Amino acid sequence: MVILDTATKVLYHSILVLALYFVLAGHNRPGGGFVSGLTVGAAVALRYVSGGAAAVRTIFRVPAHVILGAGLLLAAGTAFVPLLLGESILEHASATVQLPLFGSVKLNTVILFDVGVDLVVIGLVMMAFAAFADDNVRPPSTPYPTSEQSAPAHRRTADQ
Amino acid sequence: MFVLLALHLVVGVSIIASGRVLGRRAFLVAAIPALAMCVYALTQASGVLDGEPVTESYTWISGLDLAIDLRLDAFALAMVALVSGIGLLICLYSLGYFADEHGEHGADGGHGGHEEQPVAGDESADPPPAVGRLAGVMVLFAGSMLGVVLTDHLIALFIFWELTSVTSFLLIGNNDRQPRARAAANQAVFITGGGGLVLLAGLILIGQSGGTYQLSELAADPPSGGMVNAGLVCVLIGAFTKSAQAPFSSWLPMAMVAPTPISAYLHSATMVKAGVYLVARLAPIFALDGVWRPLVLAVGAVTMIIGGLRSLRQHDLKLLLAYGTVSQLGFMMLLFGAGDFHIAEAGIVLLLAHAAFKAALFMVVGIVDHTLGTRDVRHIDGLGRGWAPVLVVGAISAASMAGLPPLLGFISKEKALDGYLEHADFTGGTLVLIVIVIGSVFTFAYSARFVLGLFGMFHDPAAADGAHGETGAGHVPSVAFWLPAALLAVFTVVAGVAPVIIDHLVEAATVALYPSSEPKPVALWAGFTAALALSLLIIGAGVALALVRARVEELQRRISKLLAPLPSSEDGFVGVLTGITVVARRLTATLQNGSLPIYVSVIVLVAVLAPLTGFITELDSFPAWVDTPAHMAVVAVITAAALGASIVHHRIAAALMLGAVGYAMAGLYVAQGAPDLALTQFSIETLSTVLFVLVLRFLPRTWRVRAPALTTPLRVLVCSVVGVGIFVFAIVSSESRRDVDEPSMSEEMIEAAEPEGKGQNIVNIILVDFRGWDTMGEITVLVVAAVGAVSLARPGRRRDDNEAPVFEEELDALDEPTDEAEAEGVRG
Repeated sequence: MVILDTATKVLYHSILVLALYFVLAGHNRPGGGFVSGLTVGAAVALRYVSGGAAAVRTIFRVPAHVILGAGLLLAAGTAFVPLLLGESILEHASATVQLPLFGSVKLNTVILFDVGVDLVVIGLVMMAFAAFADDNVRPPSTPYPTSEQSAPAHRRTADQ
Repeated sequence: MFVLLALHLVVGVSIIASGRVLGRRAFLVAAIPALAMCVYALTQASGVLDGEPVTESYTWISGLDLAIDLRLDAFALAMVALVSGIGLLICLYSLGYFADEHGEHGADGGHGGHEEQPVAGDESADPPPAVGRLAGVMVLFAGSMLGVVLTDHLIALFIFWELTSVTSFLLIGNNDRQPRARAAANQAVFITGGGGLVLLAGLILIGQSGGTYQLSELAADPPSGGMVNAGLVCVLIGAFTKSAQAPFSSWLPMAMVAPTPISAYLHSATMVKAGVYLVARLAPIFALDGVWRPLVLAVGAVTMIIGGLRSLRQHDLKLLLAYGTVSQLGFMMLLFGAGDFHIAEAGIVLLLAHAAFKAALFMVVGIVDHTLGTRDVRHIDGLGRGWAPVLVVGAISAASMAGLPPLLGFISKEKALDGYLEHADFTGGTLVLIVIVIGSVFTFAYSARFVLGLFGMFHDPAAADGAHGETGAGHVPSVAFWLPAALLAVFTVVAGVAPVIIDHLVEAATVALYPSSEPKPVALWAGFTAALALSLLIIGAGVALALVRARVEELQRRISKLLAPLPSSEDGFVGVLTGITVVARRLTATLQNGSLPIYVSVIVLVAVLAPLTGFITELDSFPAWVDTPAHMAVVAVITAAALGASIVHHRIAAALMLGAVGYAMAGLYVAQGAPDLALTQFSIETLSTVLFVLVLRFLPRTWRVRAPALTTPLRVLVCSVVGVGIFVFAIVSSESRRDVDEPSMSEEMIEAAEPEGKGQNIVNIILVDFRGWDTMGEITVLVVAAVGAVSLARPGRRRDDNEAPVFEEELDALDEPTDEAEAEGVRG
């Protein structure tokens, strides 16, 4: 367990940086909002394995459904704002700027859409953990008691 | 014009958002857009009346060629005058109507009286919604209705049309704690919404065969043929549902549960005229085509007679007016549907006259109801001192409805008779004329009934349970309360005595509908014509009918008793609804029998076998099986893991092996040089395996097949078929472009990626740019899935079993006996 905990401490933030890279670079290199969201999901899964649901719950200050909704709102917003500006729906603008240290950087509003997708995926993962995870990481010793009729049958199979 | 429509939207939404803050002052705010529209219409009037329509256009989806084109011609101007002019008066009237509410109590009106009639199920502790919401939705409705009459594009017209149905639904059901209001709102939206869907089908048929969705272009170059005829029938059904024509009329009397300002505005003056408006627009283009004229005239004739007859039976003044509206709408259909400009001109006059007198009459009923707490003619015992203005307004408006000179209603009726006498040179024209005469006699009779009822001639102490009749003494309505109705009555008189003030509008509107027409001026005195003789006949017969009203009532009671076993349109509505529920229930029980293996088998077999029959013939060549040695190793892992997953009886192990299949697939992508796909696949597999395990913890670790012996071979068979199907599909689709010369889609996208998408990762550009809409849809699905998964998974969140489906409750409300219930329950 020590190895896992230590590895988590090191890996967790590295994975988040990787996810950030994915979403920023996605337009030109392998990556993108979807992959980035999944990567964050993997990092969250790591936290869960080492610290249980409590560790997952402390990751974000806002509830999972807010992330989910914010993502959809952002994506929809980037889709419809061009409409207000007289362009067609989902039209994107881009500009190349010179920044110190980075040199020539191409900025594209499409990144906002990608971030929206990213947030939706993160929210989805967080909600899945919120729904299914609990603080007891190890499998429960008895089957989850959903109904009285099925429980004995399950136990019989489990005992064999 | 767009600005004005947007103003309606903004004001409406802000009023709703402001909640109870404004109270009844919300109606003052609501008057702003109506006033703005009136002013705009006045500024444009001179040009429009000279035959120069104002047009504006806005393209909202250029790829689909969807544009909103607004076109203000003279006919639209007449409709705008109705919608915004009456709307303005209704706002003022509402100030009086909701005077004692202060936004705190109900918005359903009729609270002022002593004998509060109990309404079943309305015993909720929560206060009914504030009047602010009512005012806000009313503004939204006005905007939608203006959209209907201003748009020149059929699809935009449909959208606005449906918006009026939705806002009407919200307004009827405004008091959402009253089951009758909910039932009435539902019935209205089912009928008009269902008709709206048929209308959409019809508009598309017409638009496709005409090659244009612009009304003005269709008018210039009318299409014809079988498709157009089918489309016209659909459009007419839509128009009939909206304008409460037989057999779709049952929703309009039901809708009288709404507060009286709403009934006056939507359900007499404006919304129900949308169907008439559409018929008026399309009649010049299509009236000569096959089905149009017989259908419209037959339906209009039946509606006019039935509405008049039913109106004569009512004791509730508001219901009397409602059935009268149904009858008058049938009349308008007869005038506009004929497709002759002389007759249509009469229709335009009737449109204006009807809006003026019917809105005023509704306002009068609202005043009576609000002040006395009843609108049953048997409870009214002559209205006393201080009521003179209200009575005069009611009498004048009713006289206009009856068609008495020198009022506007007389002119419209005379013009209609003249039109059908002189210009109905088509089959059935004479028959329609007879129907109009008979219908007008009924109209006269129920107008008389209304006035007599208002003056207390039907007062019946027995029916009032021994209570004293209401005389209204001590409760005199304020001037502001009756002023809007009085203004309308003044218009009725002035336009009747001096029709020259509306003549220009009527003639220009006729020309807008029938460009080559030469309408006759509108005049009060047209000489000693046959129409005048018929008018006198109608008045004479109407007076006679009013004099023998007791016997007529008795006769009607007998007839209705005889007809009682026959289905009414109300029964038809309930029957259709029940039928749909029964069929849906049976179908669901058959198709969704609850067996997951059967669902999965059916789904995958259909998905595979249907295309497989086509693919199998295309299977003539195979690609190279192995490109690099790496493939061999990866495929070996995939095969082994897949077989393992299907053999082991340990859940977690099976899930892990599925994960292994996924990772190996990612390896295959790497070998093929698709790092992006590999990356996605890799992260998906990681996460789904974790989530899999998360869920599987709740289940036993192992399982035993307890199914009958026969099922295992069956499952193997299904799996094999699916496997073979996917295999064939993959081979055929990868080889499908071999004989095609044009560059493939992917090449186009690769070329467009850099200049249009401004990026190098083509997969990502496709996702966020080229197919951005798809991604939008997908993430929306993700959100829905996440919400669904959480609500399914959270234990202890069971649905409350006492909560019966709302729908059935409402069906029960409909099942009550109609006539009595209408009189008792339909109090606004």
